[in-house]
Amino acid sequence: MIEFKNISKKFGDKVVLNNVSHVLQTGKTNLIIGTSGSGKTVLQKCLVGLFEPDEGEIIYDGVSFTTMTEDDRKMLRQQIGMLFQGSALFDSMTVEDNIKFPLDMFTNLSNTLKLKRVNEVLDRVNLVGSNKKFPSEISGGMKKRVGIARAIVLNPKFLFCDEPNSGLDPQTSLLIDKLISDITHEYKMTTIINTHDMNSVMEIGESILYMKDGKTEWTGNSNDIIFSENVNLNNFIFASTFLQGAKRLRMMEGGNK
Amino acid sequence: MNFFAHFGRYIMMLKGMFSKPENSKLYWKEFMHQCSEIGIGSLGIVSIISVFMGAVSAVQTAYQIVNPFISKNIISQIVRDTVILEFAPTLVCIVLAGVVGSKIASELGNMRVSEQIDALEIMGINTKTYLILPKIAAAIVTIPMLVIIAMVLGIYGGRITVSLSGILSTDSYDKGLRELFVPYNVFFALIKAYTFAFIISSIPAYYGYHVKGGSLEIGRSSTRSVVISCIVILLADYVLAALLL
Repeated sequence: MIEFKNISKKFGDKVVLNNVSHVLQTGKTNLIIGTSGSGKTVLQKCLVGLFEPDEGEIIYDGVSFTTMTEDDRKMLRQQIGMLFQGSALFDSMTVEDNIKFPLDMFTNLSNTLKLKRVNEVLDRVNLVGSNKKFPSEISGGMKKRVGIARAIVLNPKFLFCDEPNSGLDPQTSLLIDKLISDITHEYKMTTIINTHDMNSVMEIGESILYMKDGKTEWTGNSNDIIFSENVNLNNFIFASTFLQGAKRLRMMEGGNK
Repeated sequence: MNFFAHFGRYIMMLKGMFSKPENSKLYWKEFMHQCSEIGIGSLGIVSIISVFMGAVSAVQTAYQIVNPFISKNIISQIVRDTVILEFAPTLVCIVLAGVVGSKIASELGNMRVSEQIDALEIMGINTKTYLILPKIAAAIVTIPMLVIIAMVLGIYGGRITVSLSGILSTDSYDKGLRELFVPYNVFFALIKAYTFAFIISSIPAYYGYHVKGGSLEIGRSSTRSVVISCIVILLADYVLAALLL
């Protein structure tokens, strides 16, 4: 379980996070949603230690991440996988080497076992046969899948995804969402996804934190959103006439998927 | 950001490089890769520059020696000493600041902007140790070797030129080379080479590692790193000459 309490972060005079608290549920897909500039990426970067919060506390499985020594953080990070917005693949390495890199760095497995594990995760993300391709030779959707494969190769307990659908077509976005959701349940991971993709929110949002102007505005799940009367949340989620219609339809159906 | 803030952050970066490697084999592999990139990758340009600087230095020295009472053997002594003391370490390192420095800054800058450094951090890898230390260590190992090669090729370039242009016979040139040779000069040149190697690798690494923004910023920081490296090399050149000669 990941819990954060009263997280605040400023850049110069600009307050990006203002006293944000939440508990991310174990074994579920936890979504952090909000408009661009609402602070969700900064919050996620604070959670993984890329930014230090000015105030507040982050707790991983009962242990304070905020006061942890650098060595303990390094150990904990081996239980964290992250999918970046731009995939962040090492462009001088092949797909296989990208995925094998954490195994090379942190395990003493033989090369045969490492390759076996690489092929397992490649199979899991439906990228069999792409081993020898370079990141520049594959599509955006494939890069995301390689990013997911690299993130899960060490069987992490926590998976962070920053805008996994950005720059992808709706069909590929749905595939990536489904893949992340399936992997979360299969590997029993706690997954934290930053998104402003409404499909993701409605399809895989088991626990949702809606942020506005660096503050917690609303929490719930995808079913609760349908019946929420929070004006800001409704304006954000159901911005288009099409989505407003979809909401009405969902309400008539009783909000159940 | 003022000078002291940059300097403080630079020192912090250097201090942060020294941590226990997560996997010594991978770090060694990265070090060897950097040795190849910096050393072998720069061999061609260093060879061309060295031969020509020796050649030009020989021709210009011969041009200035108009007094018939001065033995022409002095040409090879002047070429030898200028190449060893100044041209090979300083000129070659200024060129390497452009070749190697811009490569280091843009490589790290690109990794920063495309979040590859963040990806390594998330994995629990000390990115300063994994990305910067092998580059600095490889530069410190290979650049003095390149400087020694530059010394040899520079002196040889002068020899070819004086012989082809009929200024001096190769025997007289070789005889001149052996006269009044001070081995300390080579030691001094190597001290300069080690110092410049550190400057050439650490300053661009600092600028590349701390890039903020997009691709435009990578270019800017790469240029800035080369300019600052060159200035620091010249400053260090003066300080070392004043202290050690």
